[in-house]
Amino acid sequence: MTSGQDVQATGVVICLAGDSGDGVQLAGRRLAQQGVAAGLGLGVAPDFPAEIRAPAGSLNGVSTIQIRFDAGEPLTAGDTADVLVALNPAALRANWRRLKPGGCLILDSGAFIEKNLALAGYDVDPVAQLETSAHDLVRVDMTALTLAAVEKYDLRRRSALRCRNFFAMGVVCWMYQLHTEATLAWLDRQFESHRELGEANRAALRAGMNYGETTELSARRVLPVASDGSAGPRRMVSGNEALSLGLVTAAELSGLDLFLASYPITPASDIVHLMCGWDEFGVRTFQAEDEMAAIGAAVGAAYAGALAVTTTSGPGFALMSEMLGMAVALELPMLVVDVQRAGPSTGMPTKPEQSDLNQALHGRSGEAPLPVLAASSASDCFWAVIEAARIALRHMTPVVLLSDAAIANSAESWRQPRLRDIRPINVRQAEAGSPFAPYARDEELARPWAVPGTPGLQHRIGSLEKEHVSGHISYDPGNHELMTRLRAQKLAAAARHIEDTVLFGSDHGDLLVVGWGSTFGAIRTAVARARRCGKQVSHLHLRHLNPLPPDLGRCLRGFRKVLVAEMNLGQLCARLRDEFLLDLQPYSKVQGGPFAVADIEAML
Amino acid sequence: MTNLAEPAGVATGARDKRDYRSDQQIRWCPGCGDYAILAQFHKMLAAVGANKEDHVIVSGIGCASRFPYYVDTYGLHGVHGRAPAIATGIKAVNPSLTVWVVTGDGDALSIGVGHLIHALRRNVDIKILLLNNAVYGLTKGQASPTSFPGQVTPSSPAGVVDRSLNPLRLALTAGATFVARCVDSHGRQMRDVLIAAAEHRGAALVEIWQNCPVFNDGAFVQPSRNYLHLRPGQPLTVGGDGERALTLDQGGRLRVQRTDDADPPLLRHDVGNAALAGLLADIEGDDLPVPVGIYYRCTRPVHSDALRPEPPLRGRRSAQELLDAGRIPRAG
Repeated sequence: MTSGQDVQATGVVICLAGDSGDGVQLAGRRLAQQGVAAGLGLGVAPDFPAEIRAPAGSLNGVSTIQIRFDAGEPLTAGDTADVLVALNPAALRANWRRLKPGGCLILDSGAFIEKNLALAGYDVDPVAQLETSAHDLVRVDMTALTLAAVEKYDLRRRSALRCRNFFAMGVVCWMYQLHTEATLAWLDRQFESHRELGEANRAALRAGMNYGETTELSARRVLPVASDGSAGPRRMVSGNEALSLGLVTAAELSGLDLFLASYPITPASDIVHLMCGWDEFGVRTFQAEDEMAAIGAAVGAAYAGALAVTTTSGPGFALMSEMLGMAVALELPMLVVDVQRAGPSTGMPTKPEQSDLNQALHGRSGEAPLPVLAASSASDCFWAVIEAARIALRHMTPVVLLSDAAIANSAESWRQPRLRDIRPINVRQAEAGSPFAPYARDEELARPWAVPGTPGLQHRIGSLEKEHVSGHISYDPGNHELMTRLRAQKLAAAARHIEDTVLFGSDHGDLLVVGWGSTFGAIRTAVARARRCGKQVSHLHLRHLNPLPPDLGRCLRGFRKVLVAEMNLGQLCARLRDEFLLDLQPYSKVQGGPFAVADIEAML
Repeated sequence: MTNLAEPAGVATGARDKRDYRSDQQIRWCPGCGDYAILAQFHKMLAAVGANKEDHVIVSGIGCASRFPYYVDTYGLHGVHGRAPAIATGIKAVNPSLTVWVVTGDGDALSIGVGHLIHALRRNVDIKILLLNNAVYGLTKGQASPTSFPGQVTPSSPAGVVDRSLNPLRLALTAGATFVARCVDSHGRQMRDVLIAAAEHRGAALVEIWQNCPVFNDGAFVQPSRNYLHLRPGQPLTVGGDGERALTLDQGGRLRVQRTDDADPPLLRHDVGNAALAGLLADIEGDDLPVPVGIYYRCTRPVHSDALRPEPPLRGRRSAQELLDAGRIPRAG
C-alpha cells in the first residue's frame, strides 16, 4: 500500500535562545500557543542542558526553543530559522548556525558585555562582524528596556531581569502580528499568588510589542495563512503529554484502572508529573524507591488486575531488565515506556537517541521475547501507547514502547480525537466458576488473567519455569522447550494483527528509506522533496519493531537500495538484515540531536 | 488446586488448617524450620477464618520464598529481594486484599533491603514474614547479612568478619508499625503473633528464627540465655520461675534484677513505646535474655489510603475531558 500525500514547507521558524534561567522555554511555549490559537500548524523543538542552572552566561547553560508555524501540519520544527532571538552571547554562539541566510537576528545588546562575551568564548564582539553580514541584524537593549518597563513594581533586579523572556516574546509577537491576549490572561492566572510578578511580566510583554511598534525595528513579517483544514478544535501537545493522554484513554477503552509506577528520570518524569493529578480519571501513580521497585509494583498491579505501566529512560530501563524478564515468564499484561536518551550509561540525559532498541529487543536473561513498538512523533505517542496496551491485553504480555527525548519534549498542534471513534480494547479476566488452569491458552496464545479476589481461582505463578497448562513448577526438558517456543509464538500471534505496511511513495524503485521513531518528520520531509525533484525514492516508517510486520520483507525487496536511517549505529538495520538476509545500508547519526531534513536529503 | 476438569468453587471461608494446603509437594530439606512455620501459617489462616481468594502471598528468591506454592491462596513467587515492591503494587490496586510477603535474611536484608525499608516507611498494609536462618540456603551455605561474626561458611572460610544486621532495629528505624520476633520451635507463640500480624492494619515485620539443619544447624541455640516472652502490660520477666525481670539502670541500660527487689521498679511491656522497643531490639550479650513476641505496634495511615483518595462522588471522569482540556478554540 502506498500514499502519495505531499508535504509542503510553507512555514516560518522562530528560535528563542538564552540562559537556562532566562525562561525561553516558557516564553517559547506561550508563543507556540498563540500560533495554534491563530489556527496555524505547529512544530516545537526544545534543546536544553541537563544541568538545572549551569553557570550563567556559559555555553553549557544555553537553552533554546525552536518554533515553526505552518499553514498545514508541519512534520518537523525546521532545520533553519527565519528569526533568531539571542538573549546573550553564548546563546548566539550556540545557535547562529540555525539562522537562514538573510534571516533576522535579534540580540539583547544589553547582554553583550565583556564578561558575557568572555563566558561565551568570544575574543572580539561578534556584533561588528554581523553588521556586515547578510543578516537582518536588530539590536535591542532588552535588559535596560525590561528593567524600565517593570520599574514601578517592587522587584529585585534579579526578578526584574527574569521578565526579559516576555519582552523578547513581545517583540516577536509584534513582528508577526500575533495577538497576546491569551498570554496576558495566562500570566494573570499563573501568578495569582504573586500579583506583582504577574503584572511585571505582562508589562514586559506589552513593552516588547510597543517597542517594536514605536521603533519599527524591523520589517514586519507575515505568518502563513491557516489553511481550511485547520478548522475544528485542536491543541498543542508534547510527546509526554500525548503519551499520558494515551494511557488514560487506553485505561478507559479497556475499562481498567491505570496504575503508573515510576522513578524520576529525565526525560520521562513529565509523564508522572501530569498523571499524578488524574485520580478522578481512574489513575493511581506511585513514585518508587528505584526502577526495580517501579517495575515490581507494576508487575504486582498487573497481577491484581490493573492496566499497569512504568515509565523510564535508558539507565532505568537497564535496572528493570530482571523484572521485565519475569513479566515475560508470568505472562502478565503491562507496559514499559522507555523515553530514550543518549547513552551509554548516564550519557546525555536531555538529548535524544534511538540506541535502546537492542536493549528493548534483547536486554533480558534467557529467551524472553516481547513486543516492542515505537512512537514516531509527539502526537503519535497517543496512538502508539493505545496500540501497546491493546497488544499487552490481547496476548497477556509485557510490551515495551520506545519514545525519545526529541518527541517527549517537542510539541505539535494536534486535532484531538473523540473517544467514541476509537475501537474499545477487549479485556477478558477469568471469572469464578469457569474451568481454570493458569497456563491454558486461547487462540492468541494468551493465558487467562485470574485476578486475586476472584473466588475459586486461587493459583500460584512465579519466576520458575512452569508446566504448560497447569502452571506448576516444572524442570521437564520437553516442557521447557515447549514453553520457550510458546513464548516466541505469542509474538507471531501478535504479528497477525499488524496492519498492512503503508509506503510513502512508490512500492518499488531505486531507493527506500526505512526509519522508526522520532526520525519520521525529517525523513518524510526529505523524501517528499526528493520525489518532487523526480527521484525514485520512498519512505517506510516502522511502528512495530517486534514482531515485524508480516509484509515487511516484500516491501523491502521492491527497492534496489534500502537505507535504514536511525540515531544509533545501525541497530534496526542489523535486525532487518538478520530477519531478511538483505543487504541493507545503515545511515547513522549519534550527535544527541535529531536528524535534520538536510541530513537525509544528503543521502538521497 | 484446580485444574481444567474441575470447575472452580465459590467463595470459601474454610476454618480447617488442612483447607489451606495446596496440592504441591513440599521441597524443603527434612528437619527444616520452614515446615513448622508453614504449619503455623495454615493454622493462623484457619483461626482468622481467611477467605482464600482474598489472600495473596508474595515472595522473592530463596528457600523461604517457596512458601507461596504451599498455601492455597493467590501467590506470586517473584525475583530476588523485590517482593515488597510487588506487594506494594498489588495492595495499591486492590486494598481489600490481605497481602503477605514471605522472605529470608538474604532476600530481605541483602539484595532487597532497599525495598524492605521503603515498604515499612510507607506503611504499606502488608505483613512481612522474615524467615531468618542466618545463612544462604538455596545457594549452599554462604554468609548472609545476619550471619554471626566468626561464622565459617564457603564464602568466609576464616569466619564472617562483618557485624550482623539487626532486622528488628532496622524495621523500627524504617517506621514499621508492627515489629515482632518468633522462634520456629515455639509454635503456639508464633501462631499468636501471626494472628496479631494478620489483624494489624499497616506494615508488619515478623522475624522468625528458623533453623537450617543443613548449613547452619543450631545457629540460634544459646544455652546460656533465656527467652523473655513479651506480654503487653506485664513485667519483663526472664525464665520460667518469674524470679528475675528486666529493669533500667541509672545509665538507661537494660539489666536483669530479682523481681523481689523493688528498686529500681520493674519495667512493664508497652507495645506502643518505641523507645522501649528499641532497647529490646538492641539486646545482645549472654547476660540478657532473648525477647520474643510483639516488640512494637502502633497505627499510622496506610499507603493505599494515601494512593487512593476517597472515590469521587460523580464516579470516574472520562479521558475525553483531559483530551479537550488543552483545546484551543480557533481564534476570531
